[in-house]
Amino acid sequence: MNFFKKLKDRVTAQTDTVTSKFKDGLEKTRSSFAEKMNDLAARYRTVDEDFFEELEELLISADVGVHTVMELTEELRTEVKRQNVKAPKDVLPVISEKLVAKLDYSGEDYELNMNDEGMTVILFVGVNGVGKTTTIGKLAHQFKSENKNVVLAAGDTFRAGAIEQLAVWGERVGVNVIKQAEGSDPAAVMYDAIQSARSKKADVLLCDTAGRLQNKVNLMKELEKVKRVISREVPSAPHEVLLVLDATTGQNAMTQAKTFKELTDVSGIALTKLDGTAKGGIVLAIRNELNIPVKFVGLGEGLDDLQPFDAEQFTYGLFQELVEAGDHKAE
Amino acid sequence: MAFEGLAERLQETMSKIKGKGKVSEADVKTMAREVRLALLEADVNFKVVKQFVNRVKERAVGQEVMKSLTPGQQVIKVVNEELTDLMGREESKLEQAEKPPTVIMMVGLQGSGKTTTAAKLANYLRKEKNRNPMLVAADVYRPAAIDQLNTLGKQLNMPVYSQGTEANPVDIVREGVEQAKAENHDYVLLDTAGRLHVDETLMEELQGMKDAVQPDEVLLVVDAMTGQDAVNVAEHFNEQLSISGVVLTKLDGDTRGGAALSIRAVTEKPIKFAGMGEKIDQLETFHPERMASRILGMGDVLSLIEKAQTNVDEERAKELEKKMRNADISFDDFLEQLEQVKSMGPLEDILGMIPGAGKMKGLKNMQVDESQIGRVEAIVRSMTKAEKQDPKLMNASRKRRIAKGSGTTVQDVNKLLKQFEDMKKMMKQMSSMNGKKKGKGKGGMQLPFMR
Repeated sequence: MNFFKKLKDRVTAQTDTVTSKFKDGLEKTRSSFAEKMNDLAARYRTVDEDFFEELEELLISADVGVHTVMELTEELRTEVKRQNVKAPKDVLPVISEKLVAKLDYSGEDYELNMNDEGMTVILFVGVNGVGKTTTIGKLAHQFKSENKNVVLAAGDTFRAGAIEQLAVWGERVGVNVIKQAEGSDPAAVMYDAIQSARSKKADVLLCDTAGRLQNKVNLMKELEKVKRVISREVPSAPHEVLLVLDATTGQNAMTQAKTFKELTDVSGIALTKLDGTAKGGIVLAIRNELNIPVKFVGLGEGLDDLQPFDAEQFTYGLFQELVEAGDHKAE
Repeated sequence: MAFEGLAERLQETMSKIKGKGKVSEADVKTMAREVRLALLEADVNFKVVKQFVNRVKERAVGQEVMKSLTPGQQVIKVVNEELTDLMGREESKLEQAEKPPTVIMMVGLQGSGKTTTAAKLANYLRKEKNRNPMLVAADVYRPAAIDQLNTLGKQLNMPVYSQGTEANPVDIVREGVEQAKAENHDYVLLDTAGRLHVDETLMEELQGMKDAVQPDEVLLVVDAMTGQDAVNVAEHFNEQLSISGVVLTKLDGDTRGGAALSIRAVTEKPIKFAGMGEKIDQLETFHPERMASRILGMGDVLSLIEKAQTNVDEERAKELEKKMRNADISFDDFLEQLEQVKSMGPLEDILGMIPGAGKMKGLKNMQVDESQIGRVEAIVRSMTKAEKQDPKLMNASRKRRIAKGSGTTVQDVNKLLKQFEDMKKMMKQMSSMNGKKKGKGKGGMQLPFMR
């Protein structure tokens, strides 16, 4: 259980605003999950099949993904037998041990991949309504406050009002927005944006794209083309392809990640709307199966509410009580 | 797709039991587990799943299933019936105010599709119901939300009431409805800002808007891809606003849409509409019984039939069927078929609706390239009348001419001719199969535009 102690110490030692932002943002997510977990342990006298079934449900309720959950509980069953655990409260530490092993965030790189030799181009992709434009606005603000020269490319030429939406963000943050008329070719917008960002000597170019469901073949091809144009103009680009995922999304998020990864070589995930009651547990499954790291989380509507992903914080936030239960046993 | 349908899973379970002659209680338990997993994978909330599986188990153990010779199918039948009961059987209609205008308020989380749905619904009311709706833009928070509704209004040539982003949403809707009254609109659609169900301030604001205009419908707009959290969202919105119905959006994706079941179970409010695409006319009345099949991964046969009916001339279809049976089809018939299929909408959508299409060899993960259809069409249209009727006429110089005329290559022409011949052979086989033995090989059929 040393690991948990370390994790806890590290997380509680961080007293800066990031930690409190994370905590506040995840407040609702955390409390309900932890309460239920404790309640489950308290209600059962012995560890039996019903206990496991409820445990499965609890994990599934976090959208962790049926497959991952089944794998996990299978391992747990074996472990419980091996260690001859009888009391449910003694299972909790075993659970957390297994969970963290699943998360396995050692050595993962959550930093954005920046281009040291010139302009960094970041392409944003995702299905409709996940928060691509908003995430770009927030990220632009972050770069701007680091004194970087930021340009936005209004690549969503399809949805009504999308260009205006990005333009408003550009004004709000104080950065340039390269745009064409609604209905124009998004690849052409990207071409323009790259030329213009170059002449403006931009450090970062953030490229918005129209939301598209991953099963629309033609729209996905269009996205491939957008990416191709970017790579043609800036050979090392895009330096990041961020898939924006809505934390409320269920199992379909896995299909989204798979398809977008195949076609655009997604390098990271921005998990939005995590300030609600949804837990976004599917990112665990996505990490597990596709090895795409989460790089940002959206924790609110404010300009500063996009935070770099911190796996320790995320895990701790989700499973705090479990971690503490682990500590308890260790003492 | 990442998951297989319940039907396939049950079949698999059953094949293990097969040969035992009798289904034991333990077998029912195994099947119940499969049902449970299938529903969970479809994003149905676990609480809802639990209740549901218990009901299915009761009926299954209650001999209905165990005595049957085809227990696998019986379980599917029981599950389907129970699902349909839960989803409701009837399509539900929009409320109508005794004294116009009827006020409809759209509420929901961010990004669920309220603005798009408001415009789609307005279009539906005018086109299908001959109404005269007006839109009110009350989303003052999201940048350019008002612009979005204005643009959609312009596209539809429909009035949009707005006061900019500085005004109070409660005032906007109150005055919007007043204006609609004054201008004799019979429907007013209120677009509100997306908000989290746990954001107390913003939820109170919605309540204030509701109190101010007393809407006849409060429609909760929910993304069909929503996971386990759908119950929380629906419960909160329903508790605080007493919603009257639900619109399920983005159902043209490949999600199972189990959220529909969860929402229905916790709110007991009907799902009234489904968003089926990004185009303004892609809003459909919600058919609960079809959703049941979709959640189970059994395909949406009814929608397919309906699509076919509205697009296919029955007389012609009969004639064609006869021709197909005699394997006497020409390129003219082929072209006509192609046109019909195209008029039914994107091919992928159609294939998705065919039950078992996921299981058929070659169809799984198949992607249809619509531009290929265009090429096939071009080749056929470059043929002479005689060639279309009798492909045997084809020789090298004719092929070269056709390739030139259609902007393709001789290889492309050859490929199509070959596929056409194969298709004819298939038809022959099928018709000789009819009545005799049920065929084993379904996998060989390859239409020219499939890759």
